[in-house]
Amino acid sequence: MNEVLLKVDDVRKEFPTSSKEVVQAVAGVSLEVRKGETLGLVGETGCGKSSLARCMAHLYDVTSGSVWFEGRDITKLSRKAMRPLRRDVQVIFQDPYGSLNPRRRVGSIIGDPFSIHNIASGNERKKKVQELMELVGLNPEHYNRFPAEFSGGQRQRIGVARALALRPKLVICDEPVSALDVSIQAQIINLLSDLQQEFDLTYVFISHDLSVVRHVSDRIAVMYLGKIVELAPTGELFGQTRHPYTRALLSALPVADPDTADSREQIILGGDIPSATNPPAGCRFHTRCPKARLDCAAEEPVLEPVLDDRPEHRTACFYPLTVGEDLSTAVPDLRAS
Amino acid sequence: MTAAIEMVDVIDEPQVIEGRSPFALALRRLRKDKVAMISLAVIVLIVLMAIFAPVFAAVTGHPPNEQYRDIGLTPDGLPRGPNGTFWLGTDDLGRDILVRIAYGARISLLVGVIATVITVVIGVVLGLAAGFLGGITDTLLARLIDVVLSVPFLLVAIALVSVTGPSLTVTVLVIGCFSWASVARIVRGQVLSLREREFVEAARSLGAGDSRIMFVDILPNVIAPVIVYTTLLIPVVIVTQATLSFLGLGLPPPTADWGGMISESQNYYTTAWWFILFPGLALLITTLAFNLFGDGVRDAFDPRADRT
Repeated sequence: MNEVLLKVDDVRKEFPTSSKEVVQAVAGVSLEVRKGETLGLVGETGCGKSSLARCMAHLYDVTSGSVWFEGRDITKLSRKAMRPLRRDVQVIFQDPYGSLNPRRRVGSIIGDPFSIHNIASGNERKKKVQELMELVGLNPEHYNRFPAEFSGGQRQRIGVARALALRPKLVICDEPVSALDVSIQAQIINLLSDLQQEFDLTYVFISHDLSVVRHVSDRIAVMYLGKIVELAPTGELFGQTRHPYTRALLSALPVADPDTADSREQIILGGDIPSATNPPAGCRFHTRCPKARLDCAAEEPVLEPVLDDRPEHRTACFYPLTVGEDLSTAVPDLRAS
Repeated sequence: MTAAIEMVDVIDEPQVIEGRSPFALALRRLRKDKVAMISLAVIVLIVLMAIFAPVFAAVTGHPPNEQYRDIGLTPDGLPRGPNGTFWLGTDDLGRDILVRIAYGARISLLVGVIATVITVVIGVVLGLAAGFLGGITDTLLARLIDVVLSVPFLLVAIALVSVTGPSLTVTVLVIGCFSWASVARIVRGQVLSLREREFVEAARSLGAGDSRIMFVDILPNVIAPVIVYTTLLIPVVIVTQATLSFLGLGLPPPTADWGGMISESQNYYTTAWWFILFPGLALLITTLAFNLFGDGVRDAFDPRADRT
């Protein structure tokens, strides 16, 4: 459980825009993914979760920093040198409509990993593909169908089958259920956790839906504007929330019981997520944080254990929340004293 | 209980489920299109005529290049109109126009198909490369496309043929080398949007290389517009070939081809209407059939397009 499979070390990813500015999609993220665990990655749309995922899978070249897989720096590997590693790191994509080639038969889509890596061909490949289809709950007789002939949930199963074809060690799930109906989401999530147990998989599970992440993750990293603001084991993140942003996300979770829902703390963040081309100085969250103080705008907090937290629970905040602290009445104070 | 199990057995009986490919669906729509089917029938007839051109020669007893200066010409040396011996009349040298049209179909179709295939292959490969590889490759190829499209085709063709002399190879090469640019432009545009699709990223995450992504993942997605463009390109090429022949840049005489026949009729059509009418009709019917069929193919591949 403690062996590190993937290590992300101060990774930055910038995209040039047409007007000579750069978008800082990932602005210095360090984290470790341990063997066998599921690491959740949550944040608002546009906070850089998907970019980070693509850096982890080396689909993007990082601007700076490094990504280590099984103790090996993969950031500088050429596409060719990366090829054998592709077997070990796989990605499940968000959009089950966009990630499957509409003009190719499902059998050949799922068979791609085998043909790309010259593992099996002809009837052997077909047999393996059909086994995979059965594994993810698809009818193997639909081998010759086209993606358009499947529902969204079935298509995502195709994506799962393709990702698992080569028995990877790490699967990066980039919002695998966001495009699906809630009832289908549960099926896919259950499928993913069954497969995790069966094949001893490690997941990086990305979502903007905290309730989904909570359900599947051992640890959760909360991202805001390209940075991790809080990283903690799932129970601690929910039980001892330290970062105001995390608390705000948690308060937005729907609660099934209307009585508790009414009395619950509601934190509504003002404003929009700031532009990633020109992020706020200091703590990136200070422009929207109810607890912001002057030094939040001046200096950037480091991701480290705060208060009396264990080393596993790290927060990037100068004024972390204590358990039971009421954030809904907090007022930001950015005046110079 | 047993009944239920039996029912399940019936459903579970192994069956081959064949997915309906977008291509098969388009073919089905095409088959329902009357105009396209009639055009296809006409095209088939023309192809048969080209294949069985020697049969025309055998039935009439007139080889295509045989000059009947006695029975094929009037005492004044003018072409004879349609009659029992020469069904569509004769030309200025007393040759049978019907037989020559049949042989001319061979040239038209041969050039039409070969030049189109060359055009499409060059256009698709360069368009794919430009759109997918991007960067400097794209800049260079896009400029090359612009240059080729801006070169005055006929002038270059005339200059080239005056150097090399007229032949079938030159005709095909000239047409092929100057028509690919528009195909490349269409393909490039499609690829530019396709390469941003997630399935390309998925292929990359599986470890696929550039050429595999280009030909296995992207190519099948540009096939439909390419097929449509191809069917509409064939008549253009046939007319271009006829134009070159008409200008004396086609095939050296006495080879029978439609453009050349129309060209030869220039001094006679006031007295011998059949001399210009029948080769002209052959050209018109062929291009019309291909064009109407091409329209049908376009509608079949893109059912959303308006049928106006």
